[in-house]
Amino acid sequence: MSPSGADAKEAPKYTKKDFESDQDVRWCPGCGDYAILSAVQKAMPDLGIPKEDIVFISGIGCSSRFPYYMNTYGFHTIHGRAPALATGLRLARPDLKVFVVTGDGDGLSIGGNHMLHVLRRNVNVTILLFNNRIYGLTKGQYSPTSELGKVTKSTPMGSADRPVNPLAFALGCGATFVARTVDRNIPHMEETLKRAAHHHGAAFLEILQNCNVYNDLAWNVMYDKEQKVQYELRLQHGKPLLFGPADDRSAVIMDGVVPKVVKAKDVPESALWTHDERNVNAAKLLADLFAPDFPIPVGVLAAVEAPVYEELMLQQEQKAISDRGPGDIAKLLTSGDTWKIS
Amino acid sequence: MSETATPATGVSKSLKELDRAVIRFAGDSGDGMQLTGEQFTTESAWAGNDIATLPNFPAEIRAPAGTLFGVSSFQLQFGSQRVYTPGDRLDCLVAMNPAALKVHLGDLKTGGLLIVNTQAFDKRNLDKAGYAANPLDDPTLAERYRLHKVDMTALTHEAIKDLALNAKEKDRTKNFFALGLVSWIYTRPLEPTLEWIRKKFGKTPSIAEANTRVLKAGHAFGETAEIFGEHYAVEPAEMAPGLYRAMTGNRALAWGLLAAAQRSKVPLVYGAYPITPASDILHELALHKRFRVRTIQAEDEIAAVTSAIGASFGGAIGVTGSSGPGVALKGEGIGLAVMAELPLVIFDIQRGGPSTGLPTKTEQADLMQALYGRNSESPVVVLAPATPGDCFYIAYEAVRIAAKYMVPVIVLSDGFLANGSEPWLIPDPATLPPIEIGFRTEKDGFFPYLRDPATLARPWVRPGTPGLEHRIGGIEKQDVTGNISYDPENHDHMVRTRAEKVRRVAQEIPPTSINGPATGDVLVVGWGGTYGAITAAVERTRAEGKSVASIHLRHMNPLPPDLGHILREYRRVLVPEINSGQLVRVLRAEYLVDAVGFNRVRGLPLASEEIHEAINQLLGSQA
Repeated sequence: MSPSGADAKEAPKYTKKDFESDQDVRWCPGCGDYAILSAVQKAMPDLGIPKEDIVFISGIGCSSRFPYYMNTYGFHTIHGRAPALATGLRLARPDLKVFVVTGDGDGLSIGGNHMLHVLRRNVNVTILLFNNRIYGLTKGQYSPTSELGKVTKSTPMGSADRPVNPLAFALGCGATFVARTVDRNIPHMEETLKRAAHHHGAAFLEILQNCNVYNDLAWNVMYDKEQKVQYELRLQHGKPLLFGPADDRSAVIMDGVVPKVVKAKDVPESALWTHDERNVNAAKLLADLFAPDFPIPVGVLAAVEAPVYEELMLQQEQKAISDRGPGDIAKLLTSGDTWKIS
Repeated sequence: MSETATPATGVSKSLKELDRAVIRFAGDSGDGMQLTGEQFTTESAWAGNDIATLPNFPAEIRAPAGTLFGVSSFQLQFGSQRVYTPGDRLDCLVAMNPAALKVHLGDLKTGGLLIVNTQAFDKRNLDKAGYAANPLDDPTLAERYRLHKVDMTALTHEAIKDLALNAKEKDRTKNFFALGLVSWIYTRPLEPTLEWIRKKFGKTPSIAEANTRVLKAGHAFGETAEIFGEHYAVEPAEMAPGLYRAMTGNRALAWGLLAAAQRSKVPLVYGAYPITPASDILHELALHKRFRVRTIQAEDEIAAVTSAIGASFGGAIGVTGSSGPGVALKGEGIGLAVMAELPLVIFDIQRGGPSTGLPTKTEQADLMQALYGRNSESPVVVLAPATPGDCFYIAYEAVRIAAKYMVPVIVLSDGFLANGSEPWLIPDPATLPPIEIGFRTEKDGFFPYLRDPATLARPWVRPGTPGLEHRIGGIEKQDVTGNISYDPENHDHMVRTRAEKVRRVAQEIPPTSINGPATGDVLVVGWGGTYGAITAAVERTRAEGKSVASIHLRHMNPLPPDLGHILREYRRVLVPEINSGQLVRVLRAEYLVDAVGFNRVRGLPLASEEIHEAINQLLGSQA
């Protein structure tokens, strides 16, 4: 019952091209999704999984067109339900490598409930959540990650609901792998994608993605060279939380139980906060950090092991079969109280 | 009570033979009436009778004691001939408290046997039931019925006074006194109940001992007390020879799936969210993991259906089950399975509605939802079992059709079938039709929406099959290639193709069996759980010399190919349903036939008496 199927079959030597389907890609020119698609296709050969054993499941939205462009098995389903559908698929076929591709609306609004449950069950799926803070396919309404006061077609005087933080949500659901990357940072995206795909259990990867039509430069803080240098906090397991220009490093440290930004040179090395992916509580604090008061963490916030839903379920099945033999309907029908009429 | 024989000889009290009897046990939700009824049913099955049961209980788990809405009852009819329904009017009512008497007395035949637990008729319970005075003191009660006032509580305590149990525990065994007493009155064997007590309370010998003693005390009370002048025997029914078991509809649906999983050699995934009265299917399937049946208690109804669709996409048999409100939530998911052309089975155990409605009561009002309750042109196959035991065959057939035609199949059961039980002739599973699942592995000439010329089914490909990687989804597809297509002509073609595929399931339907003459004055058309009531009413009308027949539809969509012809062979068509006229509307629309409905929507099964009346009215009105 390998999660990847990797020990069942030897994967051929693939290149990116092997994962490109024959379909015309239909996102708007300049959409951040192109870079993500390219990075995913590039990361695939590294998984070492035969492409027939890979399935991409999506819901509805711009991001959810993704499966059509991958030369693997794919299912473009209904709005918000991809995590639930993937759960059923994994229970039926634990030998398959399953990806869920979703967006901030699909995954956190209409499908928020399913996202909660796929994460808490720790179903072995890799979830890619493209967060552009807007509804693109329905032509520009605010999303559950849009900032308070967002002016859109449906909120001409500004939105009145506070945004959800995807990483904090995922950690709150008990996710065992939570990470963030950015569509315009190709090497980081590839590296983080691979980490997510190799995780055993539900992996939640938020990809900050640009919708150049309805919400251009929503993540400019991560695109603009100067701001990026100022705010990007690259998380590395075992390394201190340092960020900012090389000649003027800042650090995030703990002041009691409150994260605080200081100049690195002003604190002793022993006071630095060393990133530990196995520390979920620390990850919950990291998830809430954001510009301008804090840096923006990218990379793996948390990666821990926990029981995987479908593996436990199938262990029960195996135990039932090994204890009492495979089911026999003829025996079952005549078991218990019966009587004969002649 | 139709009494057919003179008193038997050789017994101290006179033993009368009956064709059939209808008995109802009624008491507080906490009085164990369901258990009492189930055990009496098992005893009657042992006695070789045909049986139909009707459990009826409040939606509240522990309704306040003594209240009218907290009354729980279990009715059964058993007989020496075919028994089609749990019966209309009662021959015997056991009322454990004043509320039970108040709720159920109206159903007792004049002259019927009325057994009450007198100790429960105290001021407090009388108040709760809304009785100003004790009805047992009213002489007309004993004039109208054969009233037996028994202090069951006291007799129960007396029987087990030396056992180290507290008063509450002792009190709780009094339903066994009632069971023992009624078992004596109807000469039921106690062995199955004694055996059940041994198994159930093996770990608590004091409770086992108490229940055993109280059961026997009730039995002995009937035999020795001077108040019961006679008792009754119901000869074994003439039933087809073979091995029988009691079967409820929900268990039969679950076991039908197990049979299908074993026969198809494909794992089955059942996604469900708990809902009355469908939850028992989930519970039952969860017990049988050895059949490679995997259950998901999903986070909601939508996840339940979509997880099943995910399983089907993976090459397993995806099944979901719910009641009407849940099926409403599943609508979009079912539409996805229509579009993706994947096999999917949906159980709808209908209950009173709309909205939360009457969760524990029966209804047949989801037919339109099953046929049309989704956006756009979204045809699915719809099946309906006729009896609890028939649920086994219907579940199996639903899987067979879903896999063969790559189509969703909705099964419309109902609360009455789900919880009702009948003696069921155990089939040899080898005689069930094969479930042929041929996953496509051939690369040459493969397209995701290539169609089988006979069924129009597209190929079912398991992910993991090299060279057949493809993408499907809810967006309209070009036929054959499966590519996304917004072409107007292609959409029109696909709408028609999906409908035609469902229509072709008609080739699976056997000729309709007609109960009665092939041509005549009235044809009664039924579907679902009204089978027994309709059949009994039609047989009775025919015995009166009238020209009446009935047919019972198990295939609701597509309808049987011979139906149009049959409808035209009768002067009038009557369609009894527990809704405000759904099948009758379909029949009128499909066949331009002047069918009339007989409709009652009370949360209860139709009574054969009222159908009998409706037939006679229709016969009269045509003169």
